[in-house]
Amino acid sequence: MPKAQVTFQDIGVTVTVPAGTRLIEVSEKVGAGITYGCREGECCTCLTKIVSGHENLAAPSVLEDQVLKDNLAPRHHRLACQAQILGGTIVVKPT
Amino acid sequence: MTTTMRATADRADPVELARGVHWIGAFDPDLRSFDIILRTANGTSYNAYAVRGDAGVAVIDTVKAGFGERFFRRLEAVADYDEISTVVLNHLEPDHSGALPELLRRAPRAQLYVSHQARPMLKGLFDPEEFAGRITGVGTGDTVDLGGRTLEFFNTPYLHWPDTQCTWLEDEGLLFSGDFLGCHYCDMRLFNDAVGDFRFSFDYYYAHIMRPFRAHVRSALDLIEPLLLRTIAPAHGPVLREDPRDYVRRYRALSKSGLHRHQVKTLAIFYISAYGATRRMAEAIAAGAESAAGDTDAPAGGVRVSLYDIEGSEPHPFVDLIEEADALIFGSPTINGDAVKPVWDLLATLTMVDVKGKLGAAFGSYGWSGEAVPMIEDRLRRLKLRVPVQGVKARLAPTPEEFSACHALGHDITLHLLGRAEARAVDMAELV
Ligand SMILES: Cc1cc2nc3c(=O)[nH]c(=O)nc-3n(C[C@H](O)[C@H](O)[C@H](O)COP(=O)(O)O)c2cc1C
Ligand code: FES
Ligand SMILES: [Fe+2]
Ligand SMILES: [Fe+2]
Repeated sequence: MPKAQVTFQDIGVTVTVPAGTRLIEVSEKVGAGITYGCREGECCTCLTKIVSGHENLAAPSVLEDQVLKDNLAPRHHRLACQAQILGGTIVVKPT
Repeated sequence: MTTTMRATADRADPVELARGVHWIGAFDPDLRSFDIILRTANGTSYNAYAVRGDAGVAVIDTVKAGFGERFFRRLEAVADYDEISTVVLNHLEPDHSGALPELLRRAPRAQLYVSHQARPMLKGLFDPEEFAGRITGVGTGDTVDLGGRTLEFFNTPYLHWPDTQCTWLEDEGLLFSGDFLGCHYCDMRLFNDAVGDFRFSFDYYYAHIMRPFRAHVRSALDLIEPLLLRTIAPAHGPVLREDPRDYVRRYRALSKSGLHRHQVKTLAIFYISAYGATRRMAEAIAAGAESAAGDTDAPAGGVRVSLYDIEGSEPHPFVDLIEEADALIFGSPTINGDAVKPVWDLLATLTMVDVKGKLGAAFGSYGWSGEAVPMIEDRLRRLKLRVPVQGVKARLAPTPEEFSACHALGHDITLHLLGRAEARAVDMAELV
């Protein structure tokens, strides 16, 4: 299975993960600072800055795009409960 | 409440606050609890306002369902429905949106302005299709012209819902602040210089409604403090026209960090123990934390470690401490497949303050199944703490290895607190 490397800047941990994993699942396992509420892409609690490698995440759904917009999210920010890891290297930082 | 204060209860008149600005809300003197979490010895009011411009009238907020009749009666005394060009809802909670759909039906010309965050939530209140094309999302700096006067919006989320905003009428120095700077205190004399002493109620409201969102309170204050405020018109309780700044200053004081001195980080360990096993684990964690704090060359020692046996206290006195602490570690034995009630009671107080992003960890002794530690860890994650180090369980009396694991837990959490945890690489498959 293809793998990816995700680095959580706040705790300095890099995790090797299988493609298809959502960011929140990895963050939760390693205790990084991404917090969550609904886990369904509605509340925007899990908003996360993608420092690099945003192209290695599956593109946001229409719903996610709308929630990001409603919450005035800056560029290269994603909902960790929605963002699916495709491969390559990604560096993230909780907001 | 005295009879003279009640005598005006059914008075239908709107109250003028400023030129062309009227209070058109409703009084609810008999209410004794609110939102389940608050007691209301003096009842409350649902404040709504009408602002008249040359080109139209704006209605700001409505009232709780059941109070619509009084609200509409007061509104009708100051405006015709077809004069209403603008409806602003600063907060969607049912105590303010109860009469909203009916208002939009009666005022066919009115455009509804809510925060961007409120828009997707509206469908939980009514079918937005009914008012298609009449709803506008707004943010800080957006304005609505009423003809000769302008309403300006400030996006102030999480005071105390994601949707909350404030509305500013510059020509009168009047801030419609929603729940922010409000309180549950019903007194028909309406103005802060005329009503009874409501200070306890103002502080109590802050403590139960705003305190969990302390960082958002500070951001909102940053927006509001520069304004030339002459009156604050909140959605509950007295209209603050005498010394409005005093109330802004009070919020500033209440939302400040109280205990932090220098750059010291604080780590608090709470435990309870029937036979001493969990207590000795707590002591080992504290020693581990001290050892890591001692390693550092931070000026004031880096981390202040405290240990509390919660058997000796009600949860409440710990709330201030929890609000200020940077790391919280909870220890419980497993009893009947669960952490014990005093620990859950203490964990229930975490929602009273802002704990998002604090570090959390769990530990405890057990006999055969050991559910307490993972259950506390789950709870901490769901409360939005970070749980970067796996908890420690010890079977009955801890072995030397289990004590070392406790020591390591305290040590590692402290390194995380100090931002000195070593960069590491792990495989997802190895994580439990
Ligand atoms: C003080 C307060 C805090 C709330 N906090 C949350 C929250 O954190 N998350 C959430 O999804 N809803 C929250 N709500 C919204 C309530 O869950 C919602 O209004 C619900 O419809 C109330 O149900 P009820 O009519 O059974 O009381 C909160 C409501 C109040 C009054
Ligand atoms: S947790 Fe609610 S949007 Fe991700
Ligand atoms: Fe509210
Ligand atoms: Fe309210």
